[in-house]
Amino acid sequence: MYDKKLIIPGLLVFLLLMISPIIINGLDAGPVPKLQKPKGVTKCVDSVQYMRTSHMKILDDWRDQALREGNRTPVEVDGVKYDRSLMNGCMKCHVEKKKFCDECHVYASVKPYCWDCHFLPEETF
Amino acid sequence: MDIKRRQFLKIAGLSTIAGLGAPAAFNLLLKGESSPVSFASSGSSPEASQEAAPTGVRLGMVIDQNVFDAYRGLAQKCITACHTVHNVPKFDNPKDEIKWIFEVPYEKAFTAKSHYHKNEQLHDSSFPVLCNHCDNPPCVRACPTKATFKRKDGIVAMDYHRCIGCRFCMAACPYGMRSFNWRDPRPFIDKTTYNKEFPTRMRGVVEKCNFCVERLAKGLQPACVEACGNSGAMVFGDMNDPHSEIRKKLAENFTIQRKPSLGTTPSVFYII
Repeated sequence: MYDKKLIIPGLLVFLLLMISPIIINGLDAGPVPKLQKPKGVTKCVDSVQYMRTSHMKILDDWRDQALREGNRTPVEVDGVKYDRSLMNGCMKCHVEKKKFCDECHVYASVKPYCWDCHFLPEETF
Repeated sequence: MDIKRRQFLKIAGLSTIAGLGAPAAFNLLLKGESSPVSFASSGSSPEASQEAAPTGVRLGMVIDQNVFDAYRGLAQKCITACHTVHNVPKFDNPKDEIKWIFEVPYEKAFTAKSHYHKNEQLHDSSFPVLCNHCDNPPCVRACPTKATFKRKDGIVAMDYHRCIGCRFCMAACPYGMRSFNWRDPRPFIDKTTYNKEFPTRMRGVVEKCNFCVERLAKGLQPACVEACGNSGAMVFGDMNDPHSEIRKKLAENFTIQRKPSLGTTPSVFYII
């Protein structure tokens, strides 16, 4: 290999820079977000694990079903009916966006564009 | 293996023929049908707008202009009802305006009709116009992302998630019924009447009347029809249902559509 003396230290510096956030935080991912669970309801439209990983898939499916296929029949779980809708379904139980949605989204540094159109928080007025 | 030029050319030629021919042959064998004839080349006369044979549900609206002429404030009531239900913003600058339903004079609504010495009633009547929910919607064909599409019940709907704001649909719509969000609409929505059940739009998407799909799903009438009350100014329903109120209205009255010669077959009819 040519220029071994330059390349290998260079790679090491690069690697160090890349993992510096992890080292600085001492391998600690910070406090796990605590979500405010809706009161009086124990079951969501799917298992907790599935909702955690794939709620966006459900929202996508619901959107296409409601909008394109015209299928707005509510999803029934344990006799409780939920609209296929973010604002009229999910957020009827998960009332507070800040204490539910944002908790994880901020933690995971994801910026979903749902809120560009859905849900107009009081404080924006 | 040694291959001669002559052999190589033979193989290359044969494989080219096979490559070109196979997919075409497969398509013919699998489908067994001829390619559909496009609307433009069907050779129908442009003057007579041809409504296709009724199949399934086709939602439509009859607007009785006589009632709107008699009650001057009614159209404004419809507009307010629609715009509050759908969180339509109110911009002061007409260039930014978002309109789902609005009023225009006769010559703007019916550009193909004669305006030479038109009668007095038409002189000062203004027509409520909205998306025509065409049976053959040009906006749907223009949309590159399928953000706007025709539902099975005839409603030309929009999926704002998909809209990329190219405004091809606005250019394609011969009625100018689509509005573009040049600015973030949220600060311009009336806070006191904001409808929490319906989303707003964001900057950079096109929007238009949706025939109140979200209300129809709940068994309600469109907001503008509801605002008209019992006046009969607007009748909404399935035009393919022989017993519907709208069918009765269409059968009893002479109605006109906007720009029927374009072949878009609008689903909004006017009684004049």
